[in-house]
Amino acid sequence: MQQYVTLEKEDFNEFIRRLAKIQKVVAPVKRGVKNFAFEEVTSGEDISLVYIPTILPPKKYFMPQREELVEYNKKEKKWKAKLEYENLTIFGVHTCDLAGIQCLNMVFSDKPKDINYLVRKNKIAIIGFECNFYCDEYASCKVVDNHLPNGGYDLFFTQTLEEDLFIVHINTVLGESLVRETKLFTKTTEEDMKKLQAVRDRKKEIFKDEVNVDYKGLQPLYAKSFEAKVWEDLDKRCVACGNCTNVCPTCYCFDVIDDINLDLNTGVRYRRWDSCQSEEFAKVAGGESFRKERGQRQRHRYMRKFNYPFKNYNRYFCTGCGRCSRTCMAKINLKETTNSLVEEEKQIIGNER
Amino acid sequence: MKKTTLSESEYIIKEGKIVKIRKLTEYEKSFEIVLAGGESLDHEPGQFVMVSIPGVGDAPISVSSSPTKRRSFELVVRRVGKLTDALHKLEEGDSVGIRGPFGNGFPVQRLEGNDLLFVAGGLGIVPLRSLINFVIDNRRDFGRVNILLGCKTPKDMLFGDEVEGWSERLDVNFTCTVDKSDPDWKGNVGLITSLIPGVNLDSERTFAVVVGPPVMYKFVIKELLKKDIPENQIFLSLERHMKCGVGKCGHCQIGEYYCCQHGPVFSYDKIKDNVEAL
Repeated sequence: MQQYVTLEKEDFNEFIRRLAKIQKVVAPVKRGVKNFAFEEVTSGEDISLVYIPTILPPKKYFMPQREELVEYNKKEKKWKAKLEYENLTIFGVHTCDLAGIQCLNMVFSDKPKDINYLVRKNKIAIIGFECNFYCDEYASCKVVDNHLPNGGYDLFFTQTLEEDLFIVHINTVLGESLVRETKLFTKTTEEDMKKLQAVRDRKKEIFKDEVNVDYKGLQPLYAKSFEAKVWEDLDKRCVACGNCTNVCPTCYCFDVIDDINLDLNTGVRYRRWDSCQSEEFAKVAGGESFRKERGQRQRHRYMRKFNYPFKNYNRYFCTGCGRCSRTCMAKINLKETTNSLVEEEKQIIGNER
Repeated sequence: MKKTTLSESEYIIKEGKIVKIRKLTEYEKSFEIVLAGGESLDHEPGQFVMVSIPGVGDAPISVSSSPTKRRSFELVVRRVGKLTDALHKLEEGDSVGIRGPFGNGFPVQRLEGNDLLFVAGGLGIVPLRSLINFVIDNRRDFGRVNILLGCKTPKDMLFGDEVEGWSERLDVNFTCTVDKSDPDWKGNVGLITSLIPGVNLDSERTFAVVVGPPVMYKFVIKELLKKDIPENQIFLSLERHMKCGVGKCGHCQIGEYYCCQHGPVFSYDKIKDNVEAL
């Protein structure tokens, strides 16, 4: 059953106001030049409807940067598992970030399941928002097929080209209840659906494959690239700061750390985001490191986006959001890396002939 | 709006009581542990547990005892990092936190009925011991058993009495070597690879199980392949850094595999093309 409703642009602020009365709402908010962040909002005026990917993706709500797992008491020899969550609505999630959440869902529901993540995710309502424009030169959402909505939301907003109306897809019962409770939506007409189609048609014109290889070609390209020269180049440039993994919507690696209180008896064990770009990450006790070189660690990051998950989950873990390239201090660029691999492969094939 | 807290997660930690500590060498101690309530760990040979000390952290430690011993299990720990340092300071009667067992363990069912060649280098004997003792406890279910053991010096030899027991058994061929001898040593001197050519085996029905430091694998595998042991009959247990034990934290990743979930035991054919494995 396909269900669409519409919301007048002039009712948008009121919609967010009513939404925020149901539970906490977060949405993209402007933060200086070309920077945006998901933050709590209470009115539509706070929200940037035109925005390029936020500094941090919405994963921060699904797997917090610091999450307490266990409380302990040394004297009593007690360990108490801990799981904290908050009811939340995320408004304005672009299709790239919806894909990112879908990737995380797959990882954390893979056995053994991560209950902390799975409980929290079901307390979060997701309202997607369609990109009518192309973000910038860093984005590569088309080649990984994330430029159009592909599920993973409760409601999905598309603004018409005239920018006077939102056409809203209701995808779940939770989404339907948000529509019902805010009482601002009307049923769609045939005319509205044509407007939706017009948006999608225009997107076909704007969104083109960003690299010199297509969707199907990405995995084989990366799978063959272990010995490629590109990694030597990245080895020289990467400063191992970990920015790329922090801002990635599908990087989920973490460290587990114990904190002890001043009583030296009670404390918490927590997990926090970690980065495979640091040398310590894969070091075992005794000092052996299995990815000693920065180039190896960059290669590992790329393989985790384009090669390994394709084998394990049958999808790419690169959402095409472009955050890693946008944030890199050494100007390592995902599209350039991919195109360099394409070039290198062409040369190898050329030499073989 | 308020945050809600539940007390459930996969990070449930069981209390393990240390009932016995043995000092094996200057750096290694053995800890015999009983779970609270007398519950059996119920592990497979080659699996590991995450050992927790509150305020210090947790780390993966392989179980060294055979599951045939059900009431307690043994961990053998070299003092080499933060957690193992703290572990070495504990005394009998103290407790640690235990999660697990984790990992796939050795493929016991596949080994049954076949000849076995165990190759242990250095600390590799610690996890391999769980399988060797399991095989000895179920001796008639397996074919010929060869054990090759190597360590740096005679002083580094772990489980001296037990190893002597293996060497005296009629149903086990046991050979050991040290890299560097001392005046009292009467056995072989040389790297463990030097022992492999001399083993008399039927390659078709031999499964080799190899555990040792990373540098050892390449050389041992080369010798085993020379003996015509098929690639899918060579099993290795790999060591990696781990934080969660449940295939999420990413630290133990070896190419497309998580060492804690898909391993730590891998057959050679599965990882020979994996550039990060060996």
